Amino acid sequence: MDVSAGSPFHGALSLRRGERVAIALVACHDCDLLQRLGEVPEGAAAKCRRCGALLRKRPRNGMERTLALALASAVLFVVAQSFPFLSFEMKGNVTQTNVMTGIVDLYDQGKGEIAALVLLTIVLAPLAQIALLLYVLVPLRRNRVPWHLPHAFRLLRHVQNWSMMEVFLIGILVGITKLMGMASVVPGLAIWAFALLMLVLAGAVASFDPEAVWERLEEIR
Amino acid sequence: MSARPGTALAASCASCHDCGLLVQLSDPAAHGALCPRCGAALHERKPRSLERTWALVIAAAICYVPANLLPVMAVTSLGQTEADTIMSGVIYFLTHGSWPLAIIIFTASVFVPLMKLAILTFLLISVHRRSSWRPVERTRMYRLTEMIGRWSMVDIYVVTIMVALVRLGNLATIEAGAGAVFFGAVVVVTILAAESFDPRLIWDCSDARTT
Repeated sequence: MDVSAGSPFHGALSLRRGERVAIALVACHDCDLLQRLGEVPEGAAAKCRRCGALLRKRPRNGMERTLALALASAVLFVVAQSFPFLSFEMKGNVTQTNVMTGIVDLYDQGKGEIAALVLLTIVLAPLAQIALLLYVLVPLRRNRVPWHLPHAFRLLRHVQNWSMMEVFLIGILVGITKLMGMASVVPGLAIWAFALLMLVLAGAVASFDPEAVWERLEEIR
Repeated sequence: MSARPGTALAASCASCHDCGLLVQLSDPAAHGALCPRCGAALHERKPRSLERTWALVIAAAICYVPANLLPVMAVTSLGQTEADTIMSGVIYFLTHGSWPLAIIIFTASVFVPLMKLAILTFLLISVHRRSSWRPVERTRMYRLTEMIGRWSMVDIYVVTIMVALVRLGNLATIEAGAGAVFFGAVVVVTILAAESFDPRLIWDCSDARTT
């Protein structure tokens, strides 16, 4: 991806309160420097000239790619949740788990706080990410404006921080190694679906460009 | 607050926290302006950033102590119960020869939370002292804390998986311990602390110095 820096801004602004500043001007979210941001070409990114923060990236075919990957994520999510995750065999006893049974067991042991945290980070947050991406992008593709778009956007931004599937996969790796000594652990179908989901959803998020959505919205209106 | 011309603050503008649109605020003291594009409340800086971040950093530091002292899980096998703290888990992997896993767990559960707390405390103090020392590097440190915090969740997931898999009645069971609850609290609270800190405060001080 090409990276260009914003150019310095030295002009004076004379606008009324609440009035929007021309789109070409942005302030860095990390150091507050005002800079002119020309049209960012597809496949390129712009960084703050002072602190290097990412100001804007415009992935190639961002909308289509995000939509396709979000749809694939939805399918993988269903597979990851409904098939057995791991099976564990010890002295002839076999235990099978899927993602939800671990959460339910924690709750039954009186550790509701941890159960809630795990539920949020590996089930609810990824689900909300997929649902919100589809909620925003499907209507836009059909030239309709989704209801409460700003709210959906805000929720998407907050939810992203709490979606931690990649960390969960490392946790599985460590857990399996720990149990190897006790018994045999067999990975199930869902674990592969989960790993794939992590990659596909990360791709969907990486190719999502909120600024392009706002631009599209103005075209429709 | 006097800022160097060239920042949004100096031009009495604010960029929307939610959609990034740059908006003019003619009266900087006026609150309650809304973003014309997405309707979010506009602030020049995250509101009460320093107070909030301090409160969360202190809360996380307090939870960090029981998180490391109390057992994160207890393994009952054939009538014998063995409790594991975070450090004893690391030592278990070391003595069993799987040092890569020992390093992963040590980094994720001990080093990362401590480093996050240390960096945030350092940044808070540097802003209070109106330091103009290396703002670019300090901003990078902030971005690092934002990025790595989630990796501390590894230990929580290890406990979840072990609890779910080992349910063999009298043969063996694994229970999550109180340490895991405190540890989860450390992770959540440090993530919230990093979110509430405003990196632009680092630049406000050095901008004021250079004018």
